[in-house]
Amino acid sequence: MSDNQTSVFVKRKRSFTLVFLGACGLFLVSAAVTGYDVIAGFESVPKAAGWMAKNFIPNAQAWSRLPNILAKLTETALVSVAVTVCAAGCAFFFSLLGTKTTKVNPWIGRTVRIIAAFFRNVPDIVWAILLLFSFGQNILTGFFALFFATFGMLTRTFIETIDEVSASCIEALRATGATFLPTVFQGILPSSLPEIVSWVLYMIETNIRSATLIGVLTATGIGAMFDLYYKRMDYSSASLVVISIVVLVVAIEMISNQIRKVIM
Amino acid sequence: MAPILEFRHVSKIYNGATRALTDVSFSVEEGEFVSVIGPSGSGKSTILRCINRLVDATRGEIIFDGHDINRADKKEIRQIRKKTGMIFQHYNLVDRLSVVENVLHGRLGHKHTLTGAAGYYTEKEKENAFQILAKLGLTEQAYKRCDELSGGQKQRVGIARSLMQEPRLILCDEPIASLDPGSSKVIMDHLSVINKNMKITCIFNLHQVDVAVKYSQRIIGITLGKIVYDGPADQLTKAQIHEIYQSNEGELITDVR
Repeated sequence: MSDNQTSVFVKRKRSFTLVFLGACGLFLVSAAVTGYDVIAGFESVPKAAGWMAKNFIPNAQAWSRLPNILAKLTETALVSVAVTVCAAGCAFFFSLLGTKTTKVNPWIGRTVRIIAAFFRNVPDIVWAILLLFSFGQNILTGFFALFFATFGMLTRTFIETIDEVSASCIEALRATGATFLPTVFQGILPSSLPEIVSWVLYMIETNIRSATLIGVLTATGIGAMFDLYYKRMDYSSASLVVISIVVLVVAIEMISNQIRKVIM
Repeated sequence: MAPILEFRHVSKIYNGATRALTDVSFSVEEGEFVSVIGPSGSGKSTILRCINRLVDATRGEIIFDGHDINRADKKEIRQIRKKTGMIFQHYNLVDRLSVVENVLHGRLGHKHTLTGAAGYYTEKEKENAFQILAKLGLTEQAYKRCDELSGGQKQRVGIARSLMQEPRLILCDEPIASLDPGSSKVIMDHLSVINKNMKITCIFNLHQVDVAVKYSQRIIGITLGKIVYDGPADQLTKAQIHEIYQSNEGELITDVR
């Protein structure tokens, strides 16, 4: 082995040691500053687990609230589906103006993409907080917050799908002399429909999760219920809410995977 | 008789920088079978796409059936496209629709926007579609989805779609570049019959020089956006082929014996 090669390995080892020592130093300094006791920290883990087991396992009282929880859960899920479908409809027509392949107009296309990027990059929680001022604690606030975020996201994905999947048949239909609408309904829609449905299903899953969080803010749906039980320190009911949300999301994921398998 | 198509000093520059065509002039008589050959990127596709305005030529005049295509407005472009069928290397079908639906797409240019969007076709159009499919040997496939077909069958659907337009001219952009030799022959034979029996003018882009020579009456050789050969197919010499492809003896696949 030449000197040059040895020095490469030595260098690697040296820098590794330095990084390790640096990390240890950082930990010790920050522990000293915040007064963190490592041993006490680890000792409290079993205690915490015990407390969680005692409080978070749904008890009889929590189970008696199940019908109420399920009613709210259905409401939240249905609102999420409604939002996603509405947003998908708008996003499809908007994305037609935004694609490069339909060649509606380059300036309109650019504007559409910028608007979509704006709606997408403001998180739905932020939309909810902003809309709280105009609509108050109302189911509409959550609806519009989810609608804007979903609309931005779906417009972008639909534009990409159309550019990727439908470009070749758009060219062929244009070559036959077909105008814009026939091209959309006879070419773009049939060729990109499975992808579009798949994205809509994905957004429904995402939106049920987001709707829970937004519900905490807007005091509607299952989110409000969770918030209520949590603040009342009725932890077993709160955990039943969480469990039912998880069950619902997993069920919807499984159903949409089945649908995807059939349509693809 | 006036030619059906005439290029007069046509140039095309993409994005103000890339020269695709430089001062291209030629004319095609009604009923001719012409092949454009040349290396990749020489401007073959641009020539074809200028004819139905999928690409706008930068300079020059393209006269199709007495109209200057380059100055046509939206309505006139649609009229031109209605009369012009196009066949693509990758077939460009709507894969998820049935064969007969794809064939009927050839009528979309002739229809009102709303009836076209709704996919409403008259009984006569449907009968016509099935007759064309029978001619191309696709009767059994009529209700199959296009993604179930082989490449050769897909290309026949492409031909059927263009025939559905009742075109005066068919543009074929590398129609056999993705097909095996057997399917290639079927496709070229069908197009040859269509040209002879229905008197439809055919303009081809081809990579296969031997196929071009065998099937066409006339060959246009193009190099770096300029026409370097324009004449009968049987008079194309080996030296001229090498000039078109800017190659030396022994460098082309056609040189292998």
